[in-house]
Amino acid sequence: MLPPASDIQLRFPDLEATTQFGLMLGDMLKSGDVIALNGDLGAGKTTLTQAIANGMGIIGDVTSPTFTLIQEYPGTIPMFHIDPYRLTDPADAYDLGLEDYFDRDGVVVIEWAAKIYEYLPMDMLVISIELPELTSNDEVRTLTMRGIGDRYIELVKSICMRYPEMCVMVTRAIDEF
Amino acid sequence: MNVLGIETSCDETSAAVVSDGRTILSNIVASQADLHALYGGVVPEVASRKHVENMIPTLQEALKTAHLSYQDIHAIAVTNRPGLLGALLIGVSAAKALAYVLKIPVICVNHLEGHVYSNILTEPSLTDAFPILILLVSGGHTQIIRMNGQGIYSIIGKTRDDAAGEAFDKGARLMGLPYPGGPNVDRLASSGNAKAVRFPRANLGDTLDFSFSGLKTSIRTFTAKDQGATRMEDVAASFQAAIVDVLVEKLKTAAERSGITTICIAGGVAANTGLQKAMRIMAINQGLRLVIPPIELCTDNAAMIAAAGYYRLQNNLADTLDFDTLANSPLG
Repeated sequence: MLPPASDIQLRFPDLEATTQFGLMLGDMLKSGDVIALNGDLGAGKTTLTQAIANGMGIIGDVTSPTFTLIQEYPGTIPMFHIDPYRLTDPADAYDLGLEDYFDRDGVVVIEWAAKIYEYLPMDMLVISIELPELTSNDEVRTLTMRGIGDRYIELVKSICMRYPEMCVMVTRAIDEF
Repeated sequence: MNVLGIETSCDETSAAVVSDGRTILSNIVASQADLHALYGGVVPEVASRKHVENMIPTLQEALKTAHLSYQDIHAIAVTNRPGLLGALLIGVSAAKALAYVLKIPVICVNHLEGHVYSNILTEPSLTDAFPILILLVSGGHTQIIRMNGQGIYSIIGKTRDDAAGEAFDKGARLMGLPYPGGPNVDRLASSGNAKAVRFPRANLGDTLDFSFSGLKTSIRTFTAKDQGATRMEDVAASFQAAIVDVLVEKLKTAAERSGITTICIAGGVAANTGLQKAMRIMAINQGLRLVIPPIELCTDNAAMIAAAGYYRLQNNLADTLDFDTLANSPLG
């Protein structure tokens, strides 16, 4: 049993394993869910989003929303893919009309979420993607997940049950996300 | 016929007047024009509802520069897709209001179609050259469009992850270059050796699709290992070549496979001098006609929207005032 404030960590050996995880996560999501992604340039945020979209049943390519800022993907459950990378001031999130997307039917995935935390909902699943040391295989990814709120604590538990042998519980400060 | 074009799909608030689809009487882009001094308008760095503050001053400036008044405008063309809904809605609302008051036709234009027409605006004789191929390369889009005639498109290749312009900007950031990354890479690359570092090219087998996402990892790994040993000019030139080579090769393959002999480039990355040079060499070697718009028509602007609207109107494709805005809308 996971205590509510704990986080889990999963380490995937290659791109295929990370993609499989994304597909599984996408399949578990429902309308109204919010996923916040963090990680350096090249960590694989868009690649993970692509897998999540495919897991939700959305067909086709998910391209980077860095320049377009928000991309919408229609589907049984639509996905709104948001990227505040280019925003220089968190207040720009307001000008962007970001809050409208949390009231619409669909799943919201936000890259570079740490840039605009104050504009995000209280409850969400935060996933931080860490790149490996430069000396090792550059396909290895470590994903640390924190579920905030009942829905997402349940989601983290479900993820944990799918990866019983790989799941590591960690405790980190929220500002490290 | 004077068409007033309006473009607010992403970062730029732009208004332009184009006569008969070929003569640009004005082409005002809010971030470039000194509207702040003129009208006290706000120039946002990114797309936002601040388009509201820029719209009217930009329209006024477009008319003033063209030495025209609203009564001299015969039709309005506006970008209604794809883009940020909040941003698009501002241009579309302005266009509908003006069309209603002035009792003139309004035409909605796909932003990507606008980029295609930046080439026709540059070379009006392209309308006699169909089918043509257009490589659209910008921060948000990278695709090869086959244009069979006015308004008839098919997308024959596109990026599966990052757009070429984004690859330039993020690669530049990983190299430690200041924003905007694309022009800085281009400037450094002009005096660098493109063969100094071998960055990977994603060819994606037999397709005409692109992938630039993996380049980020390569740059990151390289800069961490290199620790500044290689000249920055050489790194920039090698990195630029990794993008340019793929763009040129795919457009060349598209021309070979289709037998099409007229090729065009459009979008902000079309202003990259390394890409222009490589495209010119390829076009000469392959015996192709190449069209490259001037830089002010490569980046987002309303003149290309006015031109696209003019041709749609010639084909009786005017819209009624109830047309919608769409976030997602591919060409073809």
